[in-house]
Amino acid sequence: MEGDRRSKILGGMSNDARSVVIALVSTIVFFTALVLVITNSPGWPEVKSAFFNPTVFKDSFPEVLRAFWLNIKIFCVAEVFILVLALLIAVIRSLPGPVFFPLRALAIVYTDFFRGIPTILLIFILGFGVPALGLSGIPTSAVVWATVALIIIYSAYVAEVYRAGIESVHPSQDAAARSLGLTRGQSLRYVVVPQAVRRVIPPLLNDFIGLQKDTALVALIGPVEAFRQAQIDTSATFNFTPYVAAALIFVSFTIPLARLTDYLNERSRRRRLAAGIAA
Amino acid sequence: MRRFRIPLVLLVLALASVAAGCGSEESAPTTPAATGGTVATNPCAKDQLPLVNGGKLTIGTDNPAYPPWFGGTPQGEWKISDPASGKGFESAVAYAVAEKLGFTKDEVEWTVVPFNNSFKPGPKDFDFDINQISYTPKRAQVVDFSDSYYDVNQSVVALKDSKIANATTLADLKDAKLGAPVGTTSYDYITQNIQPSQQPQVYDTLDAGVAALKAKQIDGLVVDLPTAFYVTAVQVPGGKIVGQFPTVGSQEYFGMVLQKDSPLTECVDEGLAELKDSGELAQIQQTWLSDKVSAPVLQ
Repeated sequence: MEGDRRSKILGGMSNDARSVVIALVSTIVFFTALVLVITNSPGWPEVKSAFFNPTVFKDSFPEVLRAFWLNIKIFCVAEVFILVLALLIAVIRSLPGPVFFPLRALAIVYTDFFRGIPTILLIFILGFGVPALGLSGIPTSAVVWATVALIIIYSAYVAEVYRAGIESVHPSQDAAARSLGLTRGQSLRYVVVPQAVRRVIPPLLNDFIGLQKDTALVALIGPVEAFRQAQIDTSATFNFTPYVAAALIFVSFTIPLARLTDYLNERSRRRRLAAGIAA
Repeated sequence: MRRFRIPLVLLVLALASVAAGCGSEESAPTTPAATGGTVATNPCAKDQLPLVNGGKLTIGTDNPAYPPWFGGTPQGEWKISDPASGKGFESAVAYAVAEKLGFTKDEVEWTVVPFNNSFKPGPKDFDFDINQISYTPKRAQVVDFSDSYYDVNQSVVALKDSKIANATTLADLKDAKLGAPVGTTSYDYITQNIQPSQQPQVYDTLDAGVAALKAKQIDGLVVDLPTAFYVTAVQVPGGKIVGQFPTVGSQEYFGMVLQKDSPLTECVDEGLAELKDSGELAQIQQTWLSDKVSAPVLQ
């Protein structure tokens, strides 16, 4: 009986509305079941007080938020350098002709090597190794060297994203530019790169979400950023709630970036489709 | 009707996996509950103790095991020292307590317990953990602490040519860049009592802090006094102990960590009390930490 009436109600709806209702009911049932299973498990009270303790949260959230300022600073500085350095590497790698072979080879070695090396290792090598050399005039600050390590690693990734963009520009574009009298450099500067960059904005943002989280690795060589502050608070209280506070702060920064990426993705897809139809 | 199928299948699968995860946790029961019926027996008798691994006393500490807390040549998974050697202060104390509880050396097993794991929720995989963990009232809300087996003072290590190498007061450290291993009361001492003008640095391990000291990224490394002697003797030959810090508030001490409300805590405390009364604990301290008592106190 119950099922009959439901399907009759659903039957009276448009397909779209029915999908929405089914998705809604399915979601509610799923999450209610999940919550019930978790909260009724024997260890839940203990897990709850270890990870979701309101008093600890209230004490540590402002401290973690203050420490997060360092993550933002590192992220912003690194971001600018990465965008420039990576584009340079990608352009070098796209240079045609046998004369540029040594440069191309260097760019290939760079991207291969630094995508393969663990970020943690590079942070340790630069952060502890370089200042220990005792060279005068070289900064000893851990934050500076950790940021340099992030720039080096992420430039390798982002260079590959740029390269994909450059290669996706049809060779006829370059040929047309050259036939109009532009030099190789001008063609790259005014025709190829602008199109390439526009196409790779979504994957670029994707890498920056990764970078934003990896700023936490800076803590390995001493600076107290959000994650480390949470760790300090955790060991002071023997309670893991400060990590939840740190996670919330990171997520509240990442989600807008992720939504923006999706939006730009969708927009560029629509544009490409429209362009395809027009052609 | 076909439209229903996919979400339903997903839902069933999801529920099944959740239920399975739940079930597998239940199948790993915690320590056996007190045996019913026996009333007049000594709760600290060896066969009455709730052990994680029946018949054996499982003791945890972190890896690497640093001197002077642990000694001997590293075996198997252990680095720097071997807790099962009986050498080093904490190893010796652990075996002395084990003996008081009625365990021979062969009946003691060591297990690696990273600091975070010593206070994670749920059942523990050790009977007690001995890892230079300082008692604080907040921590004691989550785990049981034994009584003190070592009253500890914090101290600061610096390179001999550092600007704080000749400091004589806490105020002299005010403008220094200080560092400490994460999760330690050493860090708390910096932020609460020294309150330096520069943000103190924090390291995952003692080794990372030492590397930073050598790289001159910090002027001073704050650690407990016995560790400071190890650091200056072995790790930083060009370093010195600037001084130890005066106690602020109540005396800081190291305690063993146990499951909250563990019946074992009382038994460990009884053992410790006997070791203190007989002078055995002082003897062990004399053996392993004897040369580690004198350092000027910073005012």
